Amino acid sequence: MVRVAIVGIGWYGFKPSVPELSFREMMFEASSRAYMDAGVDPRSDVDAFVSCQEDYWEGIAITDEFAPEPIGGVLRPTFTVAGDGLQGIAQAYMLIKTGYFDVVAVESHAKPSDVESLQEIYELAMDPHYIRPLGVANPFFMAGLDATAYLERTGATREHLAMVAAKNRNNGLLNPRASYASRVTVDEILDAEPAVYPLTRYEIASFADAAVVVVLASEEKARELTDTPVWLEGIGWATEAGTGSPEWHLWGMMPSMRVAADMAYSMAGISDPMGQTDFAEVEDRFSYAELVALEELRIAPESAAHKLLEQGVFDYQGRYPVNPSGGSLSMGVAFEATGLARLLEAVLQLRGEAGAHQLEGVERAVVASWRGPPTRTSMVAVLSV
Amino acid sequence: MKMNIHVKDRVAVVGAGITLFRRRLLETPRELAWEAAKMALDNAGLTLADIDCVVIGTAPDAFDGIHLNGEYLADGAGGYGKPTVRVYVGGGTGVFVPIAAWWHVASGLCNTVLAVAEEKMSPAHPHPQGVFAYIWDPVLERPLGPNLIWIFAMEMRRYMHRCGATKEDIALVSVKNKRNALDHPAAQAAANITVEDVLNSETLVWPVNRLDISPVSDGAAALILAREREARRITDTPVWVEGIGWSLDNTHWYNRELGYPRYVQYAARMAYRMAGIERPWKEIDVAEPYDPFDYKELHHIEGLMLARPCEAPKLLKEGWFDRDGELPTSPSGGLLGVGNPIAAAGLMKAAEIFWQLRYEAGRRQVKKPVHKGVAQAWGDLMQVGTVIVMSN
Repeated sequence: MVRVAIVGIGWYGFKPSVPELSFREMMFEASSRAYMDAGVDPRSDVDAFVSCQEDYWEGIAITDEFAPEPIGGVLRPTFTVAGDGLQGIAQAYMLIKTGYFDVVAVESHAKPSDVESLQEIYELAMDPHYIRPLGVANPFFMAGLDATAYLERTGATREHLAMVAAKNRNNGLLNPRASYASRVTVDEILDAEPAVYPLTRYEIASFADAAVVVVLASEEKARELTDTPVWLEGIGWATEAGTGSPEWHLWGMMPSMRVAADMAYSMAGISDPMGQTDFAEVEDRFSYAELVALEELRIAPESAAHKLLEQGVFDYQGRYPVNPSGGSLSMGVAFEATGLARLLEAVLQLRGEAGAHQLEGVERAVVASWRGPPTRTSMVAVLSV
Repeated sequence: MKMNIHVKDRVAVVGAGITLFRRRLLETPRELAWEAAKMALDNAGLTLADIDCVVIGTAPDAFDGIHLNGEYLADGAGGYGKPTVRVYVGGGTGVFVPIAAWWHVASGLCNTVLAVAEEKMSPAHPHPQGVFAYIWDPVLERPLGPNLIWIFAMEMRRYMHRCGATKEDIALVSVKNKRNALDHPAAQAAANITVEDVLNSETLVWPVNRLDISPVSDGAAALILAREREARRITDTPVWVEGIGWSLDNTHWYNRELGYPRYVQYAARMAYRMAGIERPWKEIDVAEPYDPFDYKELHHIEGLMLARPCEAPKLLKEGWFDRDGELPTSPSGGLLGVGNPIAAAGLMKAAEIFWQLRYEAGRRQVKKPVHKGVAQAWGDLMQVGTVIVMSN
């Protein structure tokens, strides 16, 4: 079997706004760094290019027109995945597994600072027949409903959600990419006015401009290119009900994350994720999402994520650090690049290149992303060195 | 890329479905997707429980008017609780959906894949062309207020100039395809017309007349792909995916030679190499080149290397590309005849090759015996070619 490795990674931005560069220039910067990191020439060494982006965020219909040039994919097999960056990683993984492709690059970027009407665009993601007519001004209400259902089901309290936010916002203080890190306490979070009940503004990630490019290679090629390949041992992705089916959605849960995790774990031969991996970078664009994700990833037993959190298991110094980077709460949500941001942080940790927030002796990690309301898609990857 | 590798399990197409191409006001995009998906499942004798993974294709989100359209379509396309992804290369998406489905299977990750393409253009107000106002470079081009048909007119004009082709030569494509579509049960714009009808139809942007263009349509199409072991169990007549290729040129369409689609040629070379085809003009028996405009079919026939550059108009006049000709092209009726719900139209072309290679095309079946076929789509700003080669 062909093994697949991550041999290069590059990023640009992770700031509330990047006024100095256009989105194409950000793609160029990130990809140049990734190719430099991997030691490849995109014009001759990369067999296929994957770009992950969505039309409406870009304000361009058929946005993949703008994919090839900045990443070196002109007149080469380049295509777009209208999905999270980790779904792009899954496509690259499969391309390499076919045996025809040796090196594949995956790009994703976000420039929310360019978007004038984020809320209106979010509304367009709601089902035109079942939800839009309700005139709900803010689609984050779905996250509020989800969080409430989660609290109801598991017996967790608002304090637990605030603890997630406090942990991640503080973790980010040592991460140069964490623009929204802050020294904030659980009490301060609880005292803040709810933005969407039961979440306060500290518990909802802000947006960030960022571009991330990842270079993947087959084992044979990876051994040529680098001494420190990070193996992609497993990858899974799944969609629950479509966004037009609110009545089928299991509130307070992420069934898609469970399906994706099972797929990735079975590829990687993992039966006990907490025992067999060292840390996780998971979805936390809302504080409650981290706890739901940890349960669906089977890192925490059902309805027990908040208890482990209370015991400090998921702290930076804990037995199983979760989002040592600070997660999206610290780094911001970078649209489709959010999954790649989680992957980036895990890769840097595994390579021992995370700098001030480097964990000791980590060899295997779980990376998970979810596309956020109102969508129902999750992606999970298992990485190792 | 590595070629000539050992392939343990080949990838086969085992079922296809297509909805009526029309203005489908009564169905939501999800319902259209499911109609085609269900038809493909029934065709293969499978249920949704037999499907491992789903690949969705739909072109600009703005047609359906839904942001994150892949998420919206997911369960309509059968992706409930399954690995589902939406791939996207503009107008080339239709043929790209089975290409992505191919690597889902060829990688060994999925045994069976449902590939669904859907497009609903008719709800756009005042006209779907309005969506195309947003495809341009937002800094350099959009302020000029360009219109998509203008650049097609430029490309057609360039092709006519470069190849010495006349409007009459090109109109023959429309005549052929609309006639072919008379036999297609899903067709929207089938007609018995003459070259004069095309020339006398309203001029939109010279030299493009109304009958040179495919109609605005709603519709969906679906294919089921499976690995060899499963395919043999499902059907006695699997159609093999022999080669796939795609290529994306740069964004600056105005810097290109518009008279020849280099990107299609690159995509075709990739697919032919994988399929072990050295002389496509001799080895391909039936082709579905992308024909949203009539000159495009000629353009793409040349890009696919089924004719020499500028040779296609002459061969067309000789009947070479007719259903009973040497190398039938668009026997389905193509986009000009069947209709053009963008992504679904591309997948309709791949489905036509599937039916032709199974000898199931009914009255559309080409006269000559068929072994290998190619389907191709094109898209973005005169930019992308997607190619799939199949055999029986």
